[in-house]
Amino acid sequence: MTSTYEHHDYDVLIIGAGGAGLRAAIEAKQRGLKVGIITKSLLGKAHTVMAEGGMAAAMGNVYADDNWKVHFRDTMRGGKYLNNYRMAELHAKESPDRVHELEQWGALFDRTKEGKILQRDFGGHRYARLAHVGDRTGLELIRTLQQKVVSMDTDVFMECKVLKLVHDGEGRIAGCVAYWRPTGEFVTFSAKAVILATGGAGKSWKFTSNSWEGTGDGHAMALWAGAQLIDMECIQFHPTGMVWPLSVRGLLVTEGVRGDGGVLRNSEGKRFMFDYVAPMFRDETAETEEEGDKWYDDHTAGRRPPELLPRDEVARAINAEVKAGRGSPHGGVFLDIASRRTPEFIRRRLPSMYHQFMELAGVDITSESMEIGPTCHYIMGGVKVDAETAATLVPGLFAAGEVAGGMHGANRLGGNSLSDLVVFGRRAGIGAAEYIASGEAATSFDMAEAEEAIREATAPFDRTEGENPYDIQRDLQEMMQLNVGIIRTASEVEDAIAQLEVFTERVKNIAVKGGRAYNPGWNLTTDLPAMLTVCKTVARGASLRKESRGGHTREDFPLADPEFAKFNFAHTTDGGNWDSPIVTVESPLLAMPEELKALLEEAK
Amino acid sequence: MTDVTLRIWRGDASGGDFENYSVEKNEGEVVLDVIHRIQATEAPDLACRWNCKAGKCGSCAAEINGKPGLLCMTRIDQLPEGPVTVTPMKTFPIIRDLVTDVSFNFEMAKKVPALLPPPMPEGGYVMFQEDVERGQEFRKCIECFMCQDVCHVIRDHEENKQHYAGPRFFIRYAELEMHPLDTNDRRDLVREEMGLGYCNITKCCTEVCPEHIKITDNAIIPLKERVVDAHYDPVAWLGRKILRRTTRSSSDAAVQPAP
Repeated sequence: MTSTYEHHDYDVLIIGAGGAGLRAAIEAKQRGLKVGIITKSLLGKAHTVMAEGGMAAAMGNVYADDNWKVHFRDTMRGGKYLNNYRMAELHAKESPDRVHELEQWGALFDRTKEGKILQRDFGGHRYARLAHVGDRTGLELIRTLQQKVVSMDTDVFMECKVLKLVHDGEGRIAGCVAYWRPTGEFVTFSAKAVILATGGAGKSWKFTSNSWEGTGDGHAMALWAGAQLIDMECIQFHPTGMVWPLSVRGLLVTEGVRGDGGVLRNSEGKRFMFDYVAPMFRDETAETEEEGDKWYDDHTAGRRPPELLPRDEVARAINAEVKAGRGSPHGGVFLDIASRRTPEFIRRRLPSMYHQFMELAGVDITSESMEIGPTCHYIMGGVKVDAETAATLVPGLFAAGEVAGGMHGANRLGGNSLSDLVVFGRRAGIGAAEYIASGEAATSFDMAEAEEAIREATAPFDRTEGENPYDIQRDLQEMMQLNVGIIRTASEVEDAIAQLEVFTERVKNIAVKGGRAYNPGWNLTTDLPAMLTVCKTVARGASLRKESRGGHTREDFPLADPEFAKFNFAHTTDGGNWDSPIVTVESPLLAMPEELKALLEEAK
Repeated sequence: MTDVTLRIWRGDASGGDFENYSVEKNEGEVVLDVIHRIQATEAPDLACRWNCKAGKCGSCAAEINGKPGLLCMTRIDQLPEGPVTVTPMKTFPIIRDLVTDVSFNFEMAKKVPALLPPPMPEGGYVMFQEDVERGQEFRKCIECFMCQDVCHVIRDHEENKQHYAGPRFFIRYAELEMHPLDTNDRRDLVREEMGLGYCNITKCCTEVCPEHIKITDNAIIPLKERVVDAHYDPVAWLGRKILRRTTRSSSDAAVQPAP
């Protein structure tokens, strides 16, 4: 193979440097492989740093009764049983080891009085289960993994944007093609195995907690490369995002506020969540404020307050209160911890929330309520993978973290993401190493495929007249927010599907101004094909799933339908290009063994 | 809504100049909001690094009216009336417009010998809150590198980058030094190769830290004391002479298998 571009060669190439990518790198490196990590940003800036509340692991440090079986059950119930059960099982079993290993690498978690790792309450978890560091747990996770990766002398390609995966001649993944953001120069990478760890896709919605990076690159590249995407309609709208000032609308407010005693009130001062307890959660939810308040100190003295129901339930309730005219001045509801905990407690437990509101909104959360509302936060859907190895359906391609689908079903519990990253990041590293050891990996690299991607990426420079990519991004975000947001209905979703075809044509007519070196307009232009691909699969899934389940709520089908709990909608492309038609099939769920089914039946 | 004028430095390593942009501003907006509006309308190729827009990732550090600040946490309505000047961080080489090459910091990170803990006992390490709190303060660092930017040892003396790690890494060394589990000794390294002695505790770093880490008082001064103790303690000196022992190791921790 001859290349006119800068070229690198690795055993394992990891795309994405958040928690999953870094953990995968450590694993592959420990197995003696040559590992390269590619990231769109600088090392340590991935969206993992935004995770606040903690990392769920049934260590039983606070409630000795906790164990993997309860965690598994909570995860499946939270996911409305759409989960890949095997992923949920492995996750529940392995999370405690992953937390402990972070400590061996330097993480400093908050402690119990006995000197163990302290665990905090979160929605949908029966016991206090989240290992945490105040409200900056994601930063601790990424810094620990980053420092470990650096100490192992791993190659990291920073501010390098991958355009497309590249195959060998026989359908196996052989590497990728990318460009350096600082210079705009193209670079090719060949690898025996590629691990996608690219995170989420929330940037296609107007109000989101996601950074600019959340454009679904990995989701889209996997689809184009021949893999399947499942559950794409299942999008988590986190109940508590900031709503004011407008410039920070969508910014995350940790669930830890509620875990530590904060409650939700409407404009009448009422704790409205008591009116929104779904039948499946009634047995384990407090009926009165008094009962709920006792629970914080002793989980056996009362049942959990309804503010700590899973996120989908809380987000829908807030949406309904605002619609009914009982919202806050800026279109949210009130999150009140000031009247319930001392200022010292709040500042110690929630330091970054305190600063965030003080500096950005001029609100002192130790004396005033926060105004909050739902924000697009997480995509449960993703690349279909094998639970044990994180392998996709394409040989040589693996996926871990938010880009992978199945683990969280139709709705993710808070705290299950950070543990997902390290459990399946590690498994992806093992999976890639075993695949390489099998001798089946690609040995050639289809340079023509890379060159085609480069041609597409440079085409917008050849147009003197054309659209501004920022206009398209803004219109797309508004359209998706409106038509495929928290509450959906057939006519709006169908409208979205039609409009996405128009967006596709608009993207083909973008004209980029300036040169290739650190040009954000061009960078955005290269993100848009992935954003559109992801939106198309979300809209198709939302149209086909004629029921409400987890992060997918249909106004015209408000109830869950057991028939829809038997399969995932799985998408592939017919052609492998970003504008190729998408094909959707029903893919049956893994059959769960009887002993695990029994765990789900246990009511309490 | 009124307009605001931003004077933004535009250019690359070969040179550049200020350009003025007058755009609308809305209630509560930060400098980064206005830069995004400029990108979306007048200047789509205006280079600016950012990620979280919540003060948690440290990507968008620049200099606002000559002072280091996070673009995403600096509210327009809290700046003095008149044009707002935005320039890239001075201490690092320019890539383009507001984006600088901060690789100096990543090179320094590679030189930090890793944590070296004892084997983990059954059920996990026992550490108490008061043991971890000192390190936790330093681990709040979001790596915006504004402390590096403002540190005159490297801001005004490019040549010092060869032998000076800077405040960001002094808090890292202090954190490891105070880490309840660590068994590595980095004190000679910090003195001899990381240039701790160049710091004359002017506290500029502490003043710009967006996480309000007391870099000078809680990290640099205690680190200086420990380094001095190690170096000038006659017993320790004799020990070094006799045993010719070096206890630091960057690789040991790295090859430890996962539990």
